[in-house]
Amino acid sequence: MVKHIIQRICSKVLLLFAVSFFTFWLMHATPGNFFDSLRLNPQISQETVARYEKLYHLNDPLLAQYGHWVVNILHGEWGYSFYYNVPVTHVLGGRLFNTFILSLTSLILTWSIAIPLGIWAALRRNQWIDRMLSVLSFAAFSTPGFFLAVLVLYWASHWGALPLGGMHSPDYDDMSVLGKIRDTLLHLVIPATVLSLSSMASLQRIMRGNMLGVLRQQYILAARAKGLPERIVIYRHALRNAFNPLVTLLGYEFAALLSGAALIEIVCSWPGLGSLLLTAVRSKDVYLVMSSTLLASILLITGNILADILLTWVDPRIRYGKKN
Amino acid sequence: MARKINSHSRTGLALEAFRRNRVGMICLWALLALYGMAICADFISPYSYKDEDRNFSYCPPTAIEFFDQGHLKLPFVYGRALTFNAMHRRVYMVDAAQKYPLRFLKGGRLFGVDAPGRLYLWGADARGRDLFSRIWYGARISLSIGILGVMISFILGLVIGGIAGYYGGAVDNALMWICEMFMMVPGFYLMLALRAAVPQNFNSVQVYLSVVVILALIGWASLARIIRGMALSLRERDFVLVAKTLGVPDLVIIFKHILPQTISFSCASLMLTVSSYILAEAGLSVVGLGIQDPVPSWGNLLSDAMGIVPVIFAPWILLPGLFIFIAVVCFNVLGDSLRDAFDPGYNE
Repeated sequence: MVKHIIQRICSKVLLLFAVSFFTFWLMHATPGNFFDSLRLNPQISQETVARYEKLYHLNDPLLAQYGHWVVNILHGEWGYSFYYNVPVTHVLGGRLFNTFILSLTSLILTWSIAIPLGIWAALRRNQWIDRMLSVLSFAAFSTPGFFLAVLVLYWASHWGALPLGGMHSPDYDDMSVLGKIRDTLLHLVIPATVLSLSSMASLQRIMRGNMLGVLRQQYILAARAKGLPERIVIYRHALRNAFNPLVTLLGYEFAALLSGAALIEIVCSWPGLGSLLLTAVRSKDVYLVMSSTLLASILLITGNILADILLTWVDPRIRYGKKN
Repeated sequence: MARKINSHSRTGLALEAFRRNRVGMICLWALLALYGMAICADFISPYSYKDEDRNFSYCPPTAIEFFDQGHLKLPFVYGRALTFNAMHRRVYMVDAAQKYPLRFLKGGRLFGVDAPGRLYLWGADARGRDLFSRIWYGARISLSIGILGVMISFILGLVIGGIAGYYGGAVDNALMWICEMFMMVPGFYLMLALRAAVPQNFNSVQVYLSVVVILALIGWASLARIIRGMALSLRERDFVLVAKTLGVPDLVIIFKHILPQTISFSCASLMLTVSSYILAEAGLSVVGLGIQDPVPSWGNLLSDAMGIVPVIFAPWILLPGLFIFIAVVCFNVLGDSLRDAFDPGYNE
């Protein structure tokens, strides 16, 4: 089992290098040397420019430059943000944390609501509740997340009880610890709900499908035939088997959340990685673009590795080296 | 005497099943109507997409009137008088003194009103441009961009998925590894990073093409994986063995014998990809990195609506979102019902 996990981690780390090289190459394919604009910027001292030019060996061939870049990253030198005028790491840390809170909250929200709904729909198959849920999830699945966010913000502006964007109230610094937590949670409500809705929709449909698939299996028939109460048949026998394939989804779910989060962060002005990347792209802040893309990929790959480990843990068939 | 055998191909049977799906057919017709409107945008919209009148910034929708002081008249619209309220906000009052009859088939457009009057069926945007016209011009971009992007990803997916699935082994591993690389960057981030590499001095056609390419690059990997899965099982079939024994070259087997088998099945996921591309284009344009302003797309029409204040005073600028929703729902339903038709066991 340990061997399997190590194998997976190694392949993912290799993948990470490939992704980072891809982003690096992409940034270098952009016409124009970005240090030119840097040199013309009076706000940045010539020493800083010289330091970073030396650090990144801009006159070397591409592969050597990439090598230097990776070494720098491993040493904690992520580059310099021209837009914020500080090293990239100063901006990234806080943003990463914010995106993480938002994604995690919606992940928990999604799973704790969509799974029961999926089971419910499967058990009441083709009854009105199932039909209604499937129409609702279709609608949620097809609405652009950012549009939904605008609609909810529009509604909240009439209602007035929820903050309209941002992460903290203006008087945040004067609050007690409990007050701070409450304030942040209040600001989380709109972006997290909107973000959950669309992934909830697809998860609910998948859970329903899995559950229906399992309920048709012979062992369910056998369990019923030997007279087990329906409650035990469903929650002990069916549910466990229907749940397994979802664990693989967890990793991809995380990807969808991160991507979806970016746009919703922008609309709700949540100070996360997505809105940072947007600012970076708009202002052609090369190192910031590379770093935030890389960081988002690291988050995603970590999510995938965790899902892999979880799957090995819940599904013994994988542990013994059999596929599917 | 030979009797005509009433046989159906698998595709024929599936299409038959699809035709019986009422919701699927409604969506198909709705989409055809949307595409039709987009093609005829020049004819059905009263103004060109660039036609602006800053005196009518955020002018509310104009109603078409049929009665004037209790008498039935030919359709006409009232003029608008601009006043400011106590908060210095623009308020447009109906000015019953000005009347502009609707003109039909004038200047190559289906309907419109004469010059000093403006016809805003669905209201105006910040620069006094007609939203009704801009939505249909925008449909051209939003609806075509998804299809073009999917074509490119589909070709990439077919070729790479087909080769990976047919050869298997090391080729398969290497190609799937590249696919995984593309799937390991969250879509929106990949899109923005790719956009950052696009030169900023592109004209609107170049921007359009680069958005198509960006969309194609974010979606081809998952299509390739689906096709690879199908090719993997198809290569074990007898007809492939026959072709191999007859000495047919590998590439011919892939392109002539294996890939055509996958197309009918991947049709369904193709529809779902179109809808995700429409959403992606909207997302890119709404933050100002996609299609650039005077040219409308459903995404950049919504970029006005990203601030909460304009939405409160001019809620009609949310309309393009409804159109995105309709198009995406239709493509999704179409994809679902095609899959049900081709693969009846899928949802059961």
